[in-house]
Amino acid sequence: MSAAEQTAAVPLRRPETTVAGWQRAALLLAGLALAILPAFLLESFQLFQLTMAVIMALAVLGLNIVTGYNGQISLGHGAFFAVGAYVTAILMSHLDWSFWATLPVSAVVCGLVGYGVGFPALRLGGLYLALTTFSLAVAVPQILKHKAIEDWTGGVQGLFLVKPDPPSWAPFDPDQWMYLVAVLVSAACFLLAWNLIRGRIGRALMAIRDHPTAAEAMGMDIATLKTRAFATSAMITGIAGSLSAVAVEFVAPDSFTFALSISLFVGMVVGGVASILGSLFGGLFVLFVPNIAETVSKAAPGVIYGIILIGFLFILPDGFAGLLRRLYARARRGAG
Amino acid sequence: MTTSRRALLAATAATLATPRIAPAQQAPGVTANEIRIGSTNALSGPASSYSVISRALTAVFKRQNDQGGIAGRQINFIVYDDGYQPPRTLEQTRRLVEQDRVAFLFNQLGTPTNSAIHRYVNQRKIPHLFLATGADKWANPKEYPWTIGWQPSYRTEAQIYAKHILEQKPDAKIALLYQNDDFGKDYVNGVRDVLGPRFDAMVKLASHEATDPTIDSQIVSLQSTGADALICGIIPRFAAQAIRRVHDIGWRPLMFMTNVSVSGAVVMQPAGPEKGIGLITSDYRKDQSDPAWANDPGMNEWRDFMRRYIPDGELGDNNYTYAYGVASTMLQVLRQCGNDFSRENVMRQATNIKPLDVATLLPGVKVQTQPNNYNVIRQMQLQRWDGRSWVRFGGVIEGANV
Repeated sequence: MSAAEQTAAVPLRRPETTVAGWQRAALLLAGLALAILPAFLLESFQLFQLTMAVIMALAVLGLNIVTGYNGQISLGHGAFFAVGAYVTAILMSHLDWSFWATLPVSAVVCGLVGYGVGFPALRLGGLYLALTTFSLAVAVPQILKHKAIEDWTGGVQGLFLVKPDPPSWAPFDPDQWMYLVAVLVSAACFLLAWNLIRGRIGRALMAIRDHPTAAEAMGMDIATLKTRAFATSAMITGIAGSLSAVAVEFVAPDSFTFALSISLFVGMVVGGVASILGSLFGGLFVLFVPNIAETVSKAAPGVIYGIILIGFLFILPDGFAGLLRRLYARARRGAG
Repeated sequence: MTTSRRALLAATAATLATPRIAPAQQAPGVTANEIRIGSTNALSGPASSYSVISRALTAVFKRQNDQGGIAGRQINFIVYDDGYQPPRTLEQTRRLVEQDRVAFLFNQLGTPTNSAIHRYVNQRKIPHLFLATGADKWANPKEYPWTIGWQPSYRTEAQIYAKHILEQKPDAKIALLYQNDDFGKDYVNGVRDVLGPRFDAMVKLASHEATDPTIDSQIVSLQSTGADALICGIIPRFAAQAIRRVHDIGWRPLMFMTNVSVSGAVVMQPAGPEKGIGLITSDYRKDQSDPAWANDPGMNEWRDFMRRYIPDGELGDNNYTYAYGVASTMLQVLRQCGNDFSRENVMRQATNIKPLDVATLLPGVKVQTQPNNYNVIRQMQLQRWDGRSWVRFGGVIEGANV
């Protein structure tokens, strides 16, 4: 928790007055251009991996809002990811909806589920909440297999769906288009989350995390904020689930085991608790480090993964985001 | 600052200008001295006990390479870990196909995992050969001509039981107890394949959920139908219950148990070994603990391989005999290819295997394929529990041709 407390003050700082609006816009555009560039440089497999990394980053961002910024530990975000994926898959394969039309539905459904989970969360703090959400993650794959909804979910066999086709005017192949879709949807969510966190609501969320009594004394409605934080968080992770369903073109209960929830949590901690940019690094970590571990040792990839993880926590106790922050601070000191 | 920028530019230009350096390829994944084959397996995670299969396959290919390879080419077998998670199977399969440019895919593990790539490999027309899963859906040459399984499916197994019943009691009343999922339903389909229009008149069904605490009520209701044969497509926990319950209520049907649920330690001992006397199941492999195979040339070949290439391997693990059998099939296909390892020819040869004996399979159980029949192993031999061990009886029985 100490890492979170350290970083808590940072987003509260007023934006740099020296950075003019046009500069910020230029920075944003440059960032977007940088994000789109790989679509034209990488081969399709690497692009697919990067697409999945962006999607995982979005899922980690969702988790970061409720756990990082609001201090409610969730070990069950894989469940929201699964719900989002299944909403998209069911609408696309049974009702022939287009992918874009399923996105808002999936966001609303996940938001509602998250809101529902947010209520017991009010009464359960810390470890108890962690266990409750964990049980959600364990239950969801089995619920998806249940006979009563098997006609919709496809049971153990899962459901097949297809990637959105690139529009006819665009010279992209399906992999490039999928990457661009993932980047654009994620960029929009990151931007919205950044706005939310930077503003009044974000400060309230962090105040509730750091000192609930003081926050309540200052007139913040803790119950409303906490449940809504859960809803927003579930919504973002659910959208990531929708994207993953079309990127993989297949959903099955085995795709959403509790291991997914744990890796999202790992991604959040490694990327940086309570950091928007850290979520991006978290997504990259979640996707690429297991592959790196496997190239080191095929016999025991889990051990290598563990060692890399422990190494990261030693070298970067406050995540990638903390490293960036320290480097930035040093650069400024050097300049000043 | 300027130099570093110039250096960066030069480096970028150099990277872009470098031609893809790769040896001349004759077909995807095939050069004058290499054939590249890809696979995925659960090297980590809950299903990782199956990872010995990949290890054994790698060893068989190494032995082949030591003996000169195939048509002068060395086999390069690349296995990636998917942790039994379907999205990672797709990721790793795309890595194998698009980055490592393998010639084809071989013996990937698992039903949900192979489902995730089923369409991808068929769209790209990549041979997806001899999968490590017992589901029935891989034998569908019309819709998925590039995918083929290997081991007998549950459906084939059920066909064999139904055939045996018809042989013993042509007018039997059959009770069928199955788990309500794809695994269990394969048994219903298999029995239906054999009985055809007589199915409804001859068979009484009862199903249960994997989450049910007991199956006692299903057993009792099946007994009350007056059935004199019972086929069970259920997992080990329920198998032990069923064997005990059937015995305790004094029902004496001709009873068949899926070969998934016949382990001595997990099923027969908990059920009570004396209560299971007469129970029938089936197998297609030679059981390495069976003294009948102590001097069998095929099993000696396998033991010699284990001693030389996997000296620390657990000889009681039947994943090794499985892997040896499936790898032998793969080598046969490669030999049949001659000098043409294009994907089309690999698939053509994989679906034109003339009946073939394999060292670790029971005598009479053949590996064979035809372009319109992708059930690679169609025969099994029945075995009966004598109170201490499984005893094979009768000849091999072939599943129905549907």
